[in-house]
Amino acid sequence: MTAIFYLSAVLAIAATVLAVTRVNAVHALLYFICSLLATGVMFFVLGAPFVAALVVIINAGAIMVLFVFVVMMLNLGPQSAKQERVWLQPRAWIVPTLLSVVLIVELIYSLMHYSSVVAAGRVVPPREVGIALFGPYLLAVELASMLLLAALLGAYHLGRGVLRFAGGQS
Amino acid sequence: MLGLLWLVPALPLAGFAILAIGGGRLPRRIVSAVAVGSVGLSTILAILVSARHLWLAPEGGVYSQTLWQWMRIGDFVPTVTFSLDALSLTMVLVITIVSLLIHIYSAAFMAPEEGYSRFFAYMNLFVGSMLILVLADNLLLLYLGWEGVGLCSYLLIGFWYKDPDNVRAAMKAFWVTRIGDTAFAIGIFLLFTSLGMLQIQPILREVAGYPVGSALCNASAALLLVGAIAKSAQLPLQTWLPDAMAGPTPVSALIHAATMVTASVYLIARMHMLFLRAPAVLSVVAIIGAATLLLASCSAIAQNDIKRILAYSTISQIGYMFLALGVGAWAAAIYHFLTHAFFKSALFLGAGVVIKTLGGEHDIFKMGGLRRHLPITFKAFMLAALTLAAVPPLTLTLNSKDLLLNQVWLSERGGDVLWLLGVVGAFLTAIYTFRIVFVVFFGPEQGKPGARPSLWMVIPFAVLSLVGGLVGVPELLNLLFGMKGFYSYLHSAMQGPVRDFGFAGGEWLFQAIYVAVSASGIALAYLLYRSVPERVRSLALTPVGSALHRLLFAGWGFDRLYHRAIVGPYVWLARLNRGDFVDLFYVAVAQVSRVTSFILSLTVTGNVRWYVAWIVIGAVIVLGLVVIL
Amino acid sequence: MATVPIEVGLFIAGVLFCIGLVGVLVRRNVIFILLSIEIMLNACGLAFVLAGSHWRQPDGQAMYFFILTMAAAEVAVGLSLVLQIYHQFGSLDANMVNRMRG
Repeated sequence: MTAIFYLSAVLAIAATVLAVTRVNAVHALLYFICSLLATGVMFFVLGAPFVAALVVIINAGAIMVLFVFVVMMLNLGPQSAKQERVWLQPRAWIVPTLLSVVLIVELIYSLMHYSSVVAAGRVVPPREVGIALFGPYLLAVELASMLLLAALLGAYHLGRGVLRFAGGQS
Repeated sequence: MLGLLWLVPALPLAGFAILAIGGGRLPRRIVSAVAVGSVGLSTILAILVSARHLWLAPEGGVYSQTLWQWMRIGDFVPTVTFSLDALSLTMVLVITIVSLLIHIYSAAFMAPEEGYSRFFAYMNLFVGSMLILVLADNLLLLYLGWEGVGLCSYLLIGFWYKDPDNVRAAMKAFWVTRIGDTAFAIGIFLLFTSLGMLQIQPILREVAGYPVGSALCNASAALLLVGAIAKSAQLPLQTWLPDAMAGPTPVSALIHAATMVTASVYLIARMHMLFLRAPAVLSVVAIIGAATLLLASCSAIAQNDIKRILAYSTISQIGYMFLALGVGAWAAAIYHFLTHAFFKSALFLGAGVVIKTLGGEHDIFKMGGLRRHLPITFKAFMLAALTLAAVPPLTLTLNSKDLLLNQVWLSERGGDVLWLLGVVGAFLTAIYTFRIVFVVFFGPEQGKPGARPSLWMVIPFAVLSLVGGLVGVPELLNLLFGMKGFYSYLHSAMQGPVRDFGFAGGEWLFQAIYVAVSASGIALAYLLYRSVPERVRSLALTPVGSALHRLLFAGWGFDRLYHRAIVGPYVWLARLNRGDFVDLFYVAVAQVSRVTSFILSLTVTGNVRWYVAWIVIGAVIVLGLVVIL
Repeated sequence: MATVPIEVGLFIAGVLFCIGLVGVLVRRNVIFILLSIEIMLNACGLAFVLAGSHWRQPDGQAMYFFILTMAAAEVAVGLSLVLQIYHQFGSLDANMVNRMRG
């Protein structure tokens, strides 16, 4: 089981790197979906089947699909890929990579002093997650629903004038 | 009856409150009625209370009335307490009676002026403060009255505030007396920290146990003395009083002749136990008194403005009081204050009548021959002048100045030098007094006399003059028949050693000397200003004469000295510091924030990706700090 | 049921986060920037679930639930903003947004 965890971890990292470096938007999105699926496997292996399902259903199945829809709506064709190639010069990578390396070093440094005993884990079934959500975290759940409502209204309002050009009614 | 003591200062203060709040809206009749009425009621009450006090003679000779507790700070609980003993009784009577007469006078004098209610509000406040000063039981309350009279002096000198010269004179008066007030306050602090109390009688009892010449007594007495010098315009702080004549004449009469300037005489007499323990300071008092009386008399001879002559005369007479205090003759000093209050304010009021009649003319050489035009004024002025010049046979009194000089001669602290200076001063006094009389009232008529002065002005003036002349009668009777007069009463209350001339007829001998001196002074004045005025003018034109005249006219150059030595450098320093180096710190703070703001504003480029980059950099740095520290 | 030392897991999450960070800084197309933000959010979620599994409590998963909700809301609004940008400026260049004068 541990081997599956590490394997999917490597897969996730590789897919993410590829997602970030593509010039074609749809390719990048698809690679990221791949990364999400690998993450889902990692969750399952860790004993969190509920969120494993959530990753696949919502993260990959709703959010990413939305991304794909928008990209397709914008109709980014070959000239956008050419544009990306122009924008994506090698020398643009230097400083961000440097910053990330510094960040990782800091992370490693803070993790080094932390050695935990690897005890036996346990599968946390959806039942317990549900009880937790509707018990101590009830208020947060309600707030999350309000957040979604706000997002809904915001997206609707922001998208109003735009849809006209795409051939639909506002 | 004695319980009504508190009303004596409270009534004028109530008058002040009424006039301050509503005076502008009340008609003039009511304003003057309130002002004169409050002082009048206070006077009547003062007389009744005093009579009762004299009749009843409470134990220790002191009656105390505590009104309320002023404040409470730990153990320090000063109260508002009025105490009445012989000294304060005398002062209260003089203050109220003189104030009443001057108020009646001013009701007519200030009638054509604007700011009528403001004037009377300030006058009432002044009377209230002065009464608080003399009735105060503790030094804190006394200081309150002290400050109050200083404030009113400033307000009233600058009464006609639209003229900047008046305002400058008022400010000068306030600043110079402030020097004294600060020293006085430090003296009070010193007494409080050393003795732990501020009530006068306990302080004096406590101090009696201290050795003569101890540091505390010397220091506090010296500080009180500085306060006294400033308030009474003695050397070296006398420069403000001649300029204070910029105020209306009733103000000069009340504040700068009769009452405020004598507050320090009261202070030293009241605290005489303390001063007795500081003999060095007492000697300084006497020397200052003697020096002042001479210098001021000399200056008075050279002045042209009638009010300035009288101002220098006041300085000189207070010098006499200081001289008496310095030799330990407390009663003589207070008695001289008593008579001086009456005749000096009478002289001022008379000067006011003359000024008003001539339409605002102050220069005596532009006046003349007024005795025909103002007969009553002339007679009253003459009486007051004779009292000032101390000519007993003509005034049927034993003059207070003569009594004073006797004490100076007899006292072990005094002696012949100081006595001689006093006598020379008397000679000069006679000269300048009758200089005024002869120039103003005799001689050819100059200037155009206007309407006859109002009776409301002339009567109070005449009454004051009369009282001044007659107040010495009991002393004459004392001398002849051994009756008790004011002087004996004061003497019994303030313990000074009883002295007598060793030889029989000593009194009469000295009296003869004084008469001779005064008479010769009057004769000289007659000679110079009546018979041969041209000689005076030609004398004044010689180089020595004109230099001397300039020196005396400028009050011995004190103003110029202070201006060069103190005011000039200070103003130069202030101009140097126009940028205010203390401000530099605050300006620097503002500049730093401005610069920082400018630098930070450079980061607001509008470039969105830049912002993102900086967020990341910031997060990395903060995380780094968290990890490292 | 795998038992993984939590430092290793957090390290993996950190690496994923940094990759997303690099993506945000490097890319100029707003779609890719949004995508990189999603990558970062995913990495955070992984960290929370790891912690939940370490403590053997459901709280980690509950937190992931909220993160997911927030990501969904954010993507919805973000994509409509992207559409607006495309509509206003005619291109998906993030530098076009500078015209709004910060």
